[in-house]
Amino acid sequence: MITITIAGEKKQYEEGITIEKLVAAEKVETPQYVTVSLNESFVEHKDFATTALRDGDEVEFLYFMGGGR
Amino acid sequence: MRIIISRDDLKQMITYASAKLPEEACGLIAGTEDSEEKIIKKIYYLTNVDHSNEHFSLNPVEQLKAVKDMRVNGLKPLGNWHSHPETPSRPSQEDIRLAHDSHASYLILSLQNREEPVLRAFQVVEGVVSRDELVIK
Repeated sequence: MITITIAGEKKQYEEGITIEKLVAAEKVETPQYVTVSLNESFVEHKDFATTALRDGDEVEFLYFMGGGR
Repeated sequence: MRIIISRDDLKQMITYASAKLPEEACGLIAGTEDSEEKIIKKIYYLTNVDHSNEHFSLNPVEQLKAVKDMRVNGLKPLGNWHSHPETPSRPSQEDIRLAHDSHASYLILSLQNREEPVLRAFQVVEGVVSRDELVIK
């Protein structure tokens, strides 16, 4: 098991879990619109499935926020 | 849902959004909440990376910084706000389409009438808009 800090909260997950699986495990609403920050760097959606998390990583989920008149 | 904003915060928001004209201004709101009301304790002023009078997108780097600041200060993210420089205070089709967080409150400040800015609060759940009660204290 590894410990990941998600939105400031420490959680344990299986070693090698990818961002894609983490997004599913955390039941993130409308995941297609979520931006993920990993250790202060943003991860592109195309890399979610191949980016494995490591012990001590810090993850934030942010919703894209925008609009128009 | 009742949204409570201080008169000072509203005044500051209007001043900021007016200074950003003709572009839309935008940011985040944070504070405390229970099942009936949200109390705005802090307004974050973020860069509109679209630099447009018709669109806005929050700068994600600033958004991340704001979220961390909320956590440090014991505040909860309550939603976002943006201005409509030339249109009324109601969610546009694009606002609705891009409202991905059903728990968020969306505040829209209309500067259509520069002398009488109008701030309203909305929620958007699966594309359905409902207006929240906004209390200015």
